[in-house]
Formats: sequence, structure tokens, C-alpha cells
Amino acid sequence: MMKLRTIAHARAGDKGNLANISVFAYRDEDYPMLVERVTEERVSELFREHITRPVTRYCVPNLCGLNFVLQRRPTDSVTRSLRLDAHGKSLSSLMLSLEI
Amino acid sequence: MKKIRIGAGAGFSGDRIEPAVELAEKGHLDFLVFECLAERTIALSQVRKREDPNAGFDPLLSERMHAVLPACRRNGVRVISNMGAANPRAAARETIEIARRLGLHGLRVACIEGDDVLHLKDAFRPFDDQPLPINTTIISANAYLGADALAEALDRGADVVLTGRVADPSLFLGALIHAFGWNTESWDLMGHGTAVGHLLECAGQLTGGYFADPGYKDVPDLDRLGFPLAEVSDDGSALLTKVEGSGGLITLQTCREQILYEVLNPSAYITPDVIADFTEIRFEQQAPGAMRVSDAKGKPRPRDYKVSIGVDDGLIAEGQISYAGPGALERAELARQILETRLAHIGAENLRIDLIGLSSLHGKPADWPAPYEVRLRAAARFTREMDAKRMTREVESLYLNGPAAGSGVTFAVRENIAIVPALIAREFVTPGISMEVA
Repeated sequence: MMKLRTIAHARAGDKGNLANISVFAYRDEDYPMLVERVTEERVSELFREHITRPVTRYCVPNLCGLNFVLQRRPTDSVTRSLRLDAHGKSLSSLMLSLEI
Repeated sequence: MKKIRIGAGAGFSGDRIEPAVELAEKGHLDFLVFECLAERTIALSQVRKREDPNAGFDPLLSERMHAVLPACRRNGVRVISNMGAANPRAAARETIEIARRLGLHGLRVACIEGDDVLHLKDAFRPFDDQPLPINTTIISANAYLGADALAEALDRGADVVLTGRVADPSLFLGALIHAFGWNTESWDLMGHGTAVGHLLECAGQLTGGYFADPGYKDVPDLDRLGFPLAEVSDDGSALLTKVEGSGGLITLQTCREQILYEVLNPSAYITPDVIADFTEIRFEQQAPGAMRVSDAKGKPRPRDYKVSIGVDDGLIAEGQISYAGPGALERAELARQILETRLAHIGAENLRIDLIGLSSLHGKPADWPAPYEVRLRAAARFTREMDAKRMTREVESLYLNGPAAGSGVTFAVRENIAIVPALIAREFVTPGISMEVA
């Protein structure tokens, strides 16, 4: 077991009450491992406190990357959230803590 | 082959100004673009405009223009920005005044209006599954305009173009359409230009900002981070780079992270100009610090404009207090219980109490040691100001009426404006261009 951080980097962005987290393999040859292990199920479980429905995953092999779209709670849209991190900018760090 | 150089002078309204000056002076640019308008910024600007008809544009416009206009004039760099916010006309007037004071006579300043669609409320339709606002005060409504009016303002000879709400990548695409005479229904070209705009629109996020992670992703000289520029060819491919000697870096990793930033479906990135497809995009290192981008694609633009509606969202009150040393966590937990009980009597909606240093961002991890210090943060939504202030007083009162050694209280109450998206058919919206000469 290792943390996703060992083989991948990530960035979080926001759009209304949706957030996206992209994840990229540092080495192209690790991309198949990302596809196999960083699944919608595992990511939905990791982010269960933050989402209202399972996450959606888009695979972008050309970039050796995955893009996850999270539906945040209605009260957690960027302009309404009471959270310290209203934008969800720190969510990429939670993603990189995933054990793979 | 014709090439133009376009730089990113700001990625948000409060962004650093020095990198923009560096680009204007040393970037050999044709265009310098400042993206300064977050979702909610325009609603806040609308409130300021109502209080003062000459206000409502970006608060840093004057400082930015003073800093960059002399070098832009000297080097033939044309400026594009959404710093017009809720009042592009006043922003243009202010820029004219600044240009005259700086002795830049003859500078042509255009403003683009028409994004304000507050009077067209009845034509709004819901965006996806999100209901239109009802029973709430609408403060502002702005359509995301596209690149076409921008390109036209440049065609007419504007040296500076100021807009209100325009889709961020369109600020860049407008310059490319003007420079290359692109057909705005050549969808792959629109996709290319949108990819370039999207990569540049957050400025420092392409050059190593929002990126560094020591030991994993190291960034040189982040303290003097340089902003990116693109040398774009008329086929839409581009070389991404920055001023030599500036801080930061452009690598395959920064490019990959930024191309999917705030993207949902990578094969359908929707702007008013095109539905761009980034799934076949290619990044190749051309030289150290220079990445070539090519192979974006595009599909026909959507039939509607997206609208951001600003609505009154009541008051948000927030207060914080810190505890440190042995038992810090236990004292913070005690403070939490006290607050929850004391605040039960006032109408706090969705009261949140988090412990900064332990659980405020992602919740408490299962196996994490207790931190040396923790900061309790309480936040809640209110409709009445007296209740909001009552909450902040309860946090402050933890000094004398709470656990031992509480310290460093801060608190604030602010009016909140929330943003609700909607759609409006294109035919209702007419961008207008006006031009003044300094």
C-alpha cells in the first residue's frame, strides 16, 4: 500500500456547486494503475462527507490523467458555503491521501 | 507563418501587478489580458454601482493601468480586460483619464456592454437541474458574452478593451480572432484558441502557482513568480512560455493540471464561442521552460448564453478562538459544546463548528495525533443582523466565560451574495461597443 501522492499529482477546481479534481501520473507508465485503482467507488468513499451523489470519472489517456466531478451539497456551493474552504481548493490534497 | 504573442496579466481581481509589468516591458507582446472577474465579483460591483454611478469597476483598475499603460504604449501592446465588471463605461472613462495624466494622448479605449441582462429576467431558463431563484432579492444578472464583440473592438482599432462579464477564455480568443481573421465558425480553431485562453486565464497557475509541493513538485523562485505568455500560430497551436529570468516554471505537469482546471467533461468544455474538446490535446517540451500545445478540437457553440444571477443570501457570521498546549483539543471540544448550547436559542441556520488544525478542511482523519494548538471556528447563516452579532459575541465571550486560556479571538459579520446560474437565448442579448480617445 502507498499513498496516491507517491505516483500522481492533482489539482482541484470549482464550478458552482460542482468541484473537479484532476489526477495525473508523474510517469506515463503508471497511468494504467491510476485507471485500475483510483475508481469512482474508491473516490466516492473517500469524499463521502462532501458529496451528494457518487462521483463521475472521465479518463483522459492522452494526458495520462483522470478527471473527477463531485456534486457538492447545495449549501456548499462556492458562494454559499459556510466552510473554511468554500472553494474546495484543498480537496486535491484529500485525493492524494488515497491509499492505493 | 504569422505569429502573435499574448500574455496573462492577472488571474483574479486581487492578483499581483509586478508580473504584468514584467510582461509589458520584456514579453515582446502584442496583447496583454487581465482576467479579474470571479463569479460573485460582478454582483458585489453592482451593489457599489448602485451607491455611486461612477463606481462598480475593478478596484485595482487604476493601479494596474498606471503600472502597465506606459510600457504597453511604448511596446505596442494592446490591453484586454474584464475589469469593467458592473460598469465598463466608467472603467473606460477612468482609463481615459489615466492615459491623459500619463501623457498617452491618442490612446483608444473601447468598452463592451450588453452583458447586464437584469431587465430580461422573464427570459431566463433553468441551468441543468438548478431552479431559478424565487422569493429572493435578485441583485444582478450578467450573461457570459463571447469573443466576437472583443474581436470587433480590436478590428476598430482599440488599444484597450474593457468588458463586463465575458467568458474567461474568450478574452484571449477575441484577440486571436482579430489577429488571424479566423472564421468564428471554424470550430477547431475556436477550440484551439479557447484552449490557449483557458491555459492562460489563471495567469500564475500555469507557471507554478497553485502547484508547488516541496519534495514532490518543486518550483524555483516562487516568490517572484512570472506570468505566462503564448506565442500563437495562425493554425491555433502555441508555444507557452514566460519572460526569461522570471520565477516559476512551465512543464508538462503545470500544463496538464491547468488544462483540466475547472473543467467537468474534458471533451465538452462549454464557452459562448465553442464547445471545446481537450481530450486529444498534446503538450510537447520545445525547450526548457517552453511547452508546445496543439490538437485541441471544437464543436459548434451552444445556442444559449449562460447567466450568473446574484441573489441576496442573508448574513454569514464567523468567529474564531485558539487553544494551545496540553489539553488544547479537550478545551476546544468543551468550547464547541458550550457554543452549541448557547447558540441553540438564536436562529442560526446550518451552524458549523470546525477545529482548524485538525478537521476544518476534510473532517477528522481516523488516526491522527492531537495537534499542539487548535483554533475553533464557528460559522452560521442568519437573516437578522442582531442574531448574527449575538453569535460573534458568544465566540468573543469564550475569553471570560469559556475554557481556560482561550486566545486570539477574531470575528466578522458579512452580507452574502450567492450566485445562481441560468440560461438565456442568444437573440435577447446584444453586445454593444463604444470607443473614446484620450
